[in-house]
Formats: sequence, structure tokens, C-alpha cells
Amino acid sequence: MPPYNNAAALRSADAPTPHLPVSEVVVPLPRVTPFYPPSPAPQPVRWRTGRRVLAVFARNPLVLIGATILLLISMVGLLAPLLFPGDPLAIVGQPFLWPGADAAHPFGTDSLGRDLLAGIAHGASISLRVGIAATALGLLIGVSIGAIAGYFGGWTDAILSRLIEIFQTLPNFVMLVVIVAIAQPSVVTLSFAIAIVTWPGVARLSRAEFRSIRARDFVMAARSLGFGPARIILSEILPSALPPLIVTASMMVASAILMESALSFMGLGDPNVVSWGSMIGAGREYLRTAWYMCALPGFAIMLTVLALNLIGDALNEILNPRNNEGPR
Amino acid sequence: MSGHVSPPHRLAPSLLAVDDLRIAFGANEAVRGVSFDVREGETLAIVGESGSGKSVTALSIMSLLPSSARIANGSIRFEGREITGLDAREARKIRGASIGMIFQEPMTCLNPVMTVGDQIAEAVLQHQSISRKAAQARAIELLDLVRIPDPHRRAMDYPHQLSGGMRQRVMIAIAVACGPRLLIADEPTTALDVTIQSQVLDLIDRLRRELSMAVLLITHDLGIVGQWADRVVVMYAGRNVEQGEPGALFANPLHPYTLGLLTASPRLDDSYHYSDGPLNEIPGSIRSIAGERGCTFAPRCAYAGPGCRESIPPLLTLSDGRQVACPVLMQEEHRVASFNY
Amino acid sequence: MSLLSITDLSTHFRLPNGALRALDGVSLDLHAGETLGIVGESGCGKSTLGKTILRLVEPTTGSIRFAGEDVTDVPARKLGSFRRRAQMVFQDPFASLNPRHSIRKILTDPLIVHRVGDRQSRARMVEDIVQRVGLDVTALDRYPHEFSGGQRQRIGIARALILEPDLVICDEPVSALDVSIQAQTLNLLSRMKADLNLSYIFISHDLSVVRYFTDRVLVMYLGRVVESAPTRQLWSTPRHPYTRALMASVPDPARRRQASPIKGDLPSPQDIPKGCRFHPRCPMATDLCAQVEPVLEASGSDHAVACHHA
Repeated sequence: MPPYNNAAALRSADAPTPHLPVSEVVVPLPRVTPFYPPSPAPQPVRWRTGRRVLAVFARNPLVLIGATILLLISMVGLLAPLLFPGDPLAIVGQPFLWPGADAAHPFGTDSLGRDLLAGIAHGASISLRVGIAATALGLLIGVSIGAIAGYFGGWTDAILSRLIEIFQTLPNFVMLVVIVAIAQPSVVTLSFAIAIVTWPGVARLSRAEFRSIRARDFVMAARSLGFGPARIILSEILPSALPPLIVTASMMVASAILMESALSFMGLGDPNVVSWGSMIGAGREYLRTAWYMCALPGFAIMLTVLALNLIGDALNEILNPRNNEGPR
Repeated sequence: MSGHVSPPHRLAPSLLAVDDLRIAFGANEAVRGVSFDVREGETLAIVGESGSGKSVTALSIMSLLPSSARIANGSIRFEGREITGLDAREARKIRGASIGMIFQEPMTCLNPVMTVGDQIAEAVLQHQSISRKAAQARAIELLDLVRIPDPHRRAMDYPHQLSGGMRQRVMIAIAVACGPRLLIADEPTTALDVTIQSQVLDLIDRLRRELSMAVLLITHDLGIVGQWADRVVVMYAGRNVEQGEPGALFANPLHPYTLGLLTASPRLDDSYHYSDGPLNEIPGSIRSIAGERGCTFAPRCAYAGPGCRESIPPLLTLSDGRQVACPVLMQEEHRVASFNY
Repeated sequence: MSLLSITDLSTHFRLPNGALRALDGVSLDLHAGETLGIVGESGCGKSTLGKTILRLVEPTTGSIRFAGEDVTDVPARKLGSFRRRAQMVFQDPFASLNPRHSIRKILTDPLIVHRVGDRQSRARMVEDIVQRVGLDVTALDRYPHEFSGGQRQRIGIARALILEPDLVICDEPVSALDVSIQAQTLNLLSRMKADLNLSYIFISHDLSVVRYFTDRVLVMYLGRVVESAPTRQLWSTPRHPYTRALMASVPDPARRRQASPIKGDLPSPQDIPKGCRFHPRCPMATDLCAQVEPVLEASGSDHAVACHHA
């Protein structure tokens, strides 16, 4: 018998008593039932995410700066009606006051005597509102269409992809101007217009994510268990598709703010509110003499967009799926 | 036993000697003291499951460890020369020329945008200063050596145009291009179908004889070990626990882990069926580690005694050249041997 | 009465460079309480067979009858009861569990979808099944990445069994596991089969595992069944040259340094040879084999071969 075949012999547990001294303990070949020795209590996942966030912040101090800036700007925007009650478009002082010249108007006044600090504070609120609303709407449309196209494939995907392409090939800015010109310019229509222009990019990303995640075994398992398409899309696939979408969202807010500023600069924004873009527009003619009228709101825009970019980078690092897998 | 030739390798000089090798990834020790040697012309198999440290050991021989790993202790001597502390240039001279390596997944190890002929020629040119044309001719020779049909045409194919078995042959051709003394094969057939597996293993063994190489074969498959290896090292959790010739090892395993592996796997030549009973399990998993003090296998060992959790059992050498790192079954040796009929 | 009856099932995929005939006319009968093994190499269609039976991939032609009912063309939303009674255990323990869901959610969702019990009884069922597969109840609040491969596979098995199916298709359930964990998993599957009165279709490329675990075996090659027999009979008298070649290729210490490799490469399922699919690699091939494809015919009791010269 080839020596390897001893496995059969080795397996039989009825061992004859060996010739061992009586004091030796004989251990028979066991027929064991499976057990799992209790492993040390693991850290719950949320704690791990918290740790990773701290680690990211520790590694990259710029991110902390970005988060702080954004927090400050949000606070200013939120509290603007309290800090600067009254209409920011109201004339409150001498025109063309330079920043620092008068304690009552630390950022100076514009050509009509309106307080620039109040304008910037209220403008923060407008910019963030438009940014978030436009992004939320764009995400809703884009993720939904991308998810349906990516999950169902076939004709549905073909048709929806063509739709995405059509919207994507329309020139962004021209579309914005046209939509705003047709509808009455207001914060709502601006948000809506920006969402229409930005959803195709999100849809493409979402479609790619859904297509790739759909091929994974756990989705097939969900199908074999009889889960319906709605449950699979929302409960199974979407949580795994979120990380790149969240990162994109932060970038979308930044670009929405820029788009709103551009429209307001051209005079196509909401005429009833002060926005950073409209302030730059108002200061356009006085660039050589009272350049602070453009510089200050411009600086505010730059800071906000920079902060959002830094946060986007940090989110990317935190949410990187490779970090989520853990040790094998 | 027909076909079993007593290997003369016992007397052959040692080509590669690994002594008390310890490799750590930060605080985590992947290899905790491994010693073995590969003699000229023989096939040494390293057998272990995931987490045993066998692949890390192979990479360290080739100086291919990632930067997060460091060799904490021990020595690796190749042809008498210490190769652990070599600088990058010296290591490159050895890699490919004296020691060749093939990996598990040929698709990811071959450059997808270069033809296979060019890749083999590149390997040749790295270590031999001959003309490009001569290198390409040598590439075709090598493709023929690894029994790829129609080598002139095949040399112009890209990796994705070849089947899995062919790609593995190409990788073997690259590895033996400069006539190395030692070929390290890290799970070379795990990703291949079983009929292709036997072709590739046969090829490796043939090349071993024709090119007078030694082969270090890393695998988890005991059948491959039994069929192709002259000697085998069994690794568990970064240590070698048993060493010897496959025939003797399988007939009379002296370490509980080896015993467990043998009885846990259903073998083809064995008519044990599930209706006869369950397979013998090794309970728990490799994560159940005893900590630094005792034998790493103790938590899963049916034979563990009190002394096993206190100190790491030393590697004992037996009279027939076998080595075992477990005192327990040795005492029971008489009992196990009584099944040898 | 057979639990599952498949007649002439085919699944063809249309690819830009031609059709991929993954399954090309497979018929089988599975009786209740049986473990049917399906064995073959890459491209033989065994995985596609498993997925097609469960309608995870749509069949091109043929019919599937489960417990007397035809389920081939039933639209997806009416497949509820079939889905409950036929389940699958997947190969890759790392990909088959949703990394964002806790184990409790993974095991409770199927019960919710099929409206089984109420909140309390579901919680009890989940705790029960998790312990049956050998894990502690504390595992329920953890996430997949905290477990090893073998433990994840146990969770996958728990998920497949929580609806108490009649048929479980195991698609290479132990191929990605270490040998010592394989034994644990196979023993678990055995025990569950006995406890819950299951029938298995066991798909694997590992012949030794199939020999241990199955009652009957189908050997597949390039989308077709080439031999079918009870396990012991297949091993004692393999009739088809491919079956014999497969068995001879498995590493065996008894054949020390003697390879009996079968020549040639595995053809791709997009490029199936004419006549007998195996004839380019067959040591016994004749002209007849190159022209006429052999049919699966009975040869002896309960043993069928598709070969002109068997």
C-alpha cells in the first residue's frame, strides 16, 4: 500500500492501547465538533471610522484648516440675519469708504453706500444655500438615473445613456443663461438650473459604480434570495456606491457656488438678494479705484471653494474603499 | 515501491541555507524563525496554509520584500554567500541570473503591453551582454524549451492572447532564461486547471533535471508534495514544524499539524465517504494564536499538554534526517507507527 | 419523484466576437436528499449551470422543473416561492457578503423579504441559525471584514439556510479555503443536510472533495455532460477518456514523478471543436469522433457516457 494511503488508517479512532508507561496520559485521536475559541472583542466599525477620520486630520493639517474655514463661513451665513439685521441692500453710510476707515463698516462700503461686511455675510448664506440645494437636486437626479441605467442594463441603459450624453454635450454656461433667462431669476431657479447642468456628470459616475457593484457576488446572492430591484438598488448597492459620490458632492458644491457667482456677476442672479457674485459685478466698474469692492467678495469665494476642495480630498482618503476592507 | 528512487540529494552540497529567519511587518511577525536548506538538484517543497509565512519567506530569498517588511533576524546563504544584507544592485545581479522565481498568477506578472518574446528577451538582456537579435533568438529557444508549440509565432503574441497554462510556461521561460541554480515556484499551479497543472509540474521537473537546477516549490497541496518533492518543510504560523521526506512524513506524521492536515483532506485514492463519517477537523483557525510564549499550534492541538503553552518546542533532528518541533507525538510514536502495515 | 428536473438546458451569451455557448444541452435529475456533484475544469459550464438553474442567468433554451412545477419562464416577480426553496452558497467568502451590512442584517433581510414571522421570531431564527453554523451570537452585530474566510463562508451558509430551502446549490464552496478550514466547512454542510433534509448540487473542480461529498457525479466538458454515474461507480470504472484523464492528472504521491499529462490546452467555450468536443485531446480519437458528436447514452445501470468508444 502506498504510504500516503495511511490517511484511512490514521483516521480510525479506535486506537489500540500503546505500550506506554502507565503514568503517561494517552490522548486518543479526537473526533471533534467545530468550535470557535472566543476571539477578542473587536472594535465596532463606527469607532474605527472615527479613528480613521482623526488619523486623516492628523496627517494633513490643511484639511483641518479647510474644515475650519467652511465651518466659519457656514456660521456666518447662518447667523447673518442676527449679526447684520436689516437689508444688506440698504444704504447705510457714505459710498466708497475703504475697509478699516470706519469702525462701523469694517469692510467698507460700495458705490451706493451699502455695507460690504453685511453683504458678504448675507452672501455667504446665499452662496451656501444655492450650492447645497443645487448639489442635492443634481445628486438626486443624477444618482437615480445612473442607478437605474447601471442596474438594469439593456435597453433601459441604452436609452438613459443617450439622455445623459445629450445633457452632457449641451454647453454648461449657455444652458444656465438660457434657463435663467426664461424663468425669473431667483435663488430657486438658479439652484434648479445648476442642478440641470451638473447631474450628467454624477449620473455617469453613479452608473459606472452601479454596474461594477452589480457584478459582485453579494448582489447575486441578494437576487437569489428573492430581493426586488428597489431593495437591491437602495439597500445593497447604494451604500457601497456612496464613497465616490460623497467626494463628488463636495466638489459639486464648490462648482455650484462658482456658477452662481458667475451668473450673479453678469446680472442674471436673484435681484432681491446680495450674493458674492453680484457684489463683484457691482464693483466691476470701479476696479481701478475701489478694487476692494471686487477683491473682498472674490476672496470669500476663493476661500470657500478652497475649503471645499480640501474637504473633498480628506473625504476621499477617509472613504477610500481599500481602507474599509480591513485585514483578511 | 516502483518508481521511487532513493534521492542522492542527501549527500549533495547545500545550495541555499536559511537559518532562523525572522521577518516582521512593523509589529507583526510574519516569519518567526524558519530554518531549512535546499540541496543542489533537489525539489524542496514548503507546505503551509494562508498565514504560514511561506510566500514571505520566498520573497525574502529574492530580496523582494515590500519596504514595510524587514528581516529582523537570521541569515540566508546562497552558494555560501550571505544575501540578506545586500544592497539593491547586488541583489539585482542575483535575481534572475542565479535565482529565478515564478508566481501564482501569470496574468498579473506579465507585462500586458509587451509581446512575450520581448519579455523573455528583456530578461536575457538584463544579465547577459549579447545583441538584441541574439536575445530574441534565445527567447524563441526558451519558448521551445518550455514546450510551447510554434514558438516563432507565439513569440509575437501578447499575454492576453495566451491561455493560463501557456502564460505560466512563459513565466517559467523568463525565470530560467539565464540558467539559474535555484528556481523558486510560489504556488505555480494553484490558479490552473488540474489537467494543465500536471503539464506544468511535469515541465518544472523536467527543467530541473535538464538544467541542473534546484527547485523550491511552495504549495498548499499535499498531493503535489507527495508526487514531486524530494523533501518537504511544513510551516505553520511562521515557523517550520516538521521536515522530512514525503513518504516518511505521510506514513508517520510526527507533528499534530501535519497529522491534522493529512486526515482533514479527502484524498483521491481513499474511498472515505461522507456517509462513513465526518472529516477530521483541525478546530479553530490560524487566528487563534497562543501569544508569544508557547507553541503557536497549541490552541488548536488535540495533543497539547501543559508544557506546550509555556515554551516554544525546539526543532529536534531525528536519526533519519527528519526534523520535528513537537515533543508530544514523538512519545506516541510507537502508537502511530503501529498503523503502518 | 425528482426534486429538480432539467431538460436540454442551454445558456448562450452573445459576445461581440461570436456566441459563447457556456451551457449546451444539459439534462439532469436530482432526487430529494441526494447530493449531486458536478465536476469539470474552466469553461465547462458548471458555474453557469448553477446560476441558470436558479434563474440568475436566463436560459436560452430548455426547461427547469422544480418540485413538479415549470420555472423556466416564470417572470421574476412571481419567482418568490421558488427562490425560497432553492438557494446558493457562493465560492468567494470575501465577495459574497455585503461589506456594509451587519451579519444580523444579512441574515434578517431574507426573512423580511419573504415575510416570515414577526420581529421577535425573526430575531430568534437568526440567533438560532448563527449558532447552528458554529458561530457565537455576538457575531451578529459585527461586520464581514471582521471574520476570517472560513467564518464568512459559515455566514454565507447560514444565509442560504435561513429560509429553510429544499435545494442548495453549492458553487465551489470550499475552493477558496485552506485545507483545514475546508474540512470544517464540509462537515458543517454534511450536518446541515442531515438536520434540515436538504438536497445539494455540489459544484467543484476538486475531484477528491467531490469523491468524498457526493452521491452521484456529472462530469462536464465545454458545456456538456460527458459522463454521469454514482460516485463509487465513477471512481471504480470511469468510462469516458476525459474522466480518466482528469483522475490521472490529480497529484498523487503514488505516481511518483510520473506525470500522465493530457496533451493540449483547454479550448475556449467560444471555439468549440466540431464533432466530439474532446477529440483534439483524446488519446482514443478516431475519424468518427472528429465528425459526429456522441450522445449521452446509458451504459450499465445508472451510468451514462457520451463517447463513441466507451
